[in-house]
Amino acid sequence: MGSSMTEQDLRNRISDVREGRLSRRAFVRQMAALGLSAPMAGTMLAHGGVAFADATLAYKPTKAGGGGVLKLLLWQAPTLLNPHFASGTKDQIASRIFFEPLAGWDKEGNLIAQLAAETPSRTNGGLSADGKEVTWKLKRNVRWHDGQPFTADDVVFTWQYAADPATAAYTTGSYANIKVEKIDDHTVKVVFKEPTPFWADPFVGAFGCILPKHHFGDYAGAKSRDAPANLKPVGTGPYKFLDFKPGDIITGERNADYHVPSQPFFDRIEVKGGGDAVSAARAVLQSGEYDYAWNLQVEDEILKRMETGGKGKISAVVSGDIEFIILNTTDPDVEVDGERSSIKTKHPTLSDPKVREAMNLLLDRDSIEKFIYGRGGLATASFVNEPKQFKSKTLKYEFSVDKANKILDEAGYKRGQDGVREKDGKKLKYVFQTSINAPRQKTQAIIKQACQRAGIDLELKSVTAAVFFSSDVGNPDTYIKLYCDMEMYTTTQPQPDPEVFLNQSNSWQIANKENKWLGRNVARFSDPAADDAYKAAQKELDPAKRAELLIKVNDLFCRSNTILPLISRTRVVAAASSLMHDHSGWDVDTWNVAAWYRA
Amino acid sequence: MAGFLLRRLLIAVPSLLGISLILFTVLALAPGDPFSEMATNPNVPPEVRESLRASFGLNDPILVRYLRWMAAMARGDWGFSFASRINVDTLILQRVPTTILVIGSSQVVALLIAVPIGLYAGIRPYSLLDQVANTLAFVGFSLPTFFTGILFILVFSIHLGWLPFVYQTDLAASGWRWWWEGFRQAIMPVSVLALFQAASYTRYVRAAVLDVARLDYVRTAQAKGLNPRSVTLRHIARNAMIPVVTLVALQMPIVFGGAIVTEQIFRVPGVGSLLITAMLANDTPVVMAVTFVFACLVVLFNLVADLLYGWLDPRISF
Repeated sequence: MGSSMTEQDLRNRISDVREGRLSRRAFVRQMAALGLSAPMAGTMLAHGGVAFADATLAYKPTKAGGGGVLKLLLWQAPTLLNPHFASGTKDQIASRIFFEPLAGWDKEGNLIAQLAAETPSRTNGGLSADGKEVTWKLKRNVRWHDGQPFTADDVVFTWQYAADPATAAYTTGSYANIKVEKIDDHTVKVVFKEPTPFWADPFVGAFGCILPKHHFGDYAGAKSRDAPANLKPVGTGPYKFLDFKPGDIITGERNADYHVPSQPFFDRIEVKGGGDAVSAARAVLQSGEYDYAWNLQVEDEILKRMETGGKGKISAVVSGDIEFIILNTTDPDVEVDGERSSIKTKHPTLSDPKVREAMNLLLDRDSIEKFIYGRGGLATASFVNEPKQFKSKTLKYEFSVDKANKILDEAGYKRGQDGVREKDGKKLKYVFQTSINAPRQKTQAIIKQACQRAGIDLELKSVTAAVFFSSDVGNPDTYIKLYCDMEMYTTTQPQPDPEVFLNQSNSWQIANKENKWLGRNVARFSDPAADDAYKAAQKELDPAKRAELLIKVNDLFCRSNTILPLISRTRVVAAASSLMHDHSGWDVDTWNVAAWYRA
Repeated sequence: MAGFLLRRLLIAVPSLLGISLILFTVLALAPGDPFSEMATNPNVPPEVRESLRASFGLNDPILVRYLRWMAAMARGDWGFSFASRINVDTLILQRVPTTILVIGSSQVVALLIAVPIGLYAGIRPYSLLDQVANTLAFVGFSLPTFFTGILFILVFSIHLGWLPFVYQTDLAASGWRWWWEGFRQAIMPVSVLALFQAASYTRYVRAAVLDVARLDYVRTAQAKGLNPRSVTLRHIARNAMIPVVTLVALQMPIVFGGAIVTEQIFRVPGVGSLLITAMLANDTPVVMAVTFVFACLVVLFNLVADLLYGWLDPRISF
């Protein structure tokens, strides 16, 4: 979307759809011809005043119930059932069976109404022109599991509950800076302080589940931990709560009063937790004890072997998560004001753009995708890959040891007697760290080999995940401290919008001692042009222009070669052959569990 | 006797205090953060993480936290789990029945295998049965449970399809089917643990029997012309069991502590799997409570073993 001509063209087409001159399908097809995907087209239409598309599972059963038991296996066991306390996806998946948000995200990144009667848009008056207000119309005749009606009061209460810092909700970030007003019993208005192009955050998806005021009303704030409903959820979801043993098992029964006709199909649901990913895949694909296993970060070859039994199948959906490498441009060995890798220092060799350029040529992304990740990821040169309208068209990757050698030769890095290049006595010897995880160690080995051929010596280091990803200020081995020359990990993009995700490039987000290394910019990347584009995107309400600005941020971030994107991750699950399921890379696996059925 | 008991109980107090202090310090110094899962999630602002840390008192000095923990423990408050946001005692009590059922029955099965075999092997040392029993025992405790566990799963669940390998506490069945399903799912974890335990028990029993069988009073009993059966059972077995009983008493804390590896493999929701998930989640209050209960049980059963010893062997007095 580089030229304004394309932009104008797009705008005309969007208005064609709005006014009925062009069918939605034709629009999507034309966009595809331009190299843009369906979800992108959908989001553009929504902002342009046309309702979102829908890529949910088509529901075939004609009546609710009669489906027997649905058995899910999570290899990390859920430990709590209050969606606003849910720290990891395991807890979000479990609580989503009982609680629902106003809207969820399908696998293509389309916003799908759940407790809302419709998704807000400009045409239905849901979105204000200044981008500061969102009006949600709530579905009528929805009842909580105890028979009480669901109303706007519950939505307003959920905001008050999550926004109160004393509640200590994990979802606070989505609610702290907004105001929510009740218009009538079935309408609420969300008011943002600033124009907010990405408004679908509060009350949407994993962080958006609505709590019943009559159960949690007395337990907002510091008393939140005492609420009996934390352990015995009363929600609006397709299954009613039966039993929960933290860290072990959750059972639920069909909600006969569910607000979607003829759903859900199953009479009972069981979520068992614990064990490891490989044996979880085995319980679905080989022994058939379970219907569904989630988040199988297992080497594809092992999964393929298990699939040959024919009892189950693997499916993968795209997500915005990216496995990438950071090249540290600051010096990890020099301490300034009590911190290493301070932006006041310069890395002896990695601060040279030529060295970073050469490193980028030494990543054999295709082999890493083919031999390690398989269906679990796609090789990429871009930090943002999904949704497609935000993906850079210009970033390309290449694997060439010869080119890397040439660049390093030209930059004056000569091979020493040990075969390692050096310039002015500074050797190209790096410590490359990541978390302990089989695919990551294999990736490290592939990169080390290529680097050796270019005269760069890598010392591989792996840190146990519990330490690597901790925010423990006292520990030097955390990923945020970056006390190494290079490191590799995955960063997650929870929503189908890259704005928050790209804050990892903001110069004001640089992790340092002052902010207790809580800044999101681990790479210590800083570029005024990227900062400006980012700030402009935050205020830009025109979706096409905003996407262009965010792509600019992404491109500057990637072209600096301080980060080297590797693999755009997918979400891999195993399901019984007969199970029709609907998981999404933009929401939790059970976001649409009401529509699952057995064929 | 009463004096001995009182003395031992008094000694137990400082040792438990010492244990708790060491446990607490080690856990506090260990790397990791209970809220690390939020770290890679851009939607959770760092301030939320910080305020959570503050609200759980994680930023206070170790000594303050330890004294707070001790004061709470004295009031019977075991702490509050970061990960589950419920009281730790509820969490542990939920796991106790399954743990006792699975680990307890594996101990019983182990004894049922080990005692007869060990006895026979001890009475007829270097016989064919002794050789076979010795070899199997050696193989038994050389093979780790994670290996036999996975082997069992591959054979009995994947290839033969006879047994389930995921242990479930909420069985969707009632009546005799519930018992049958419960029995079926317990077979593999119980036998994996029992075989491992039986292997070492067998060698203990054999050694104890060998010691006793050589003693003069046994030879006297045999010389008197008593039938070999009653010599074995009344003279040898009874006396040989004294060290074995002590050994079993010392194993009892393990029945409560669970078997971490086996519980993970078969997804048995026991105390062991609670401990390991709490460790991985850096849920220190849970880790602290479980390890401390375990320490108390070790101290307690040591005392029980000593008392039992005196009761079984009148030559020992306190």
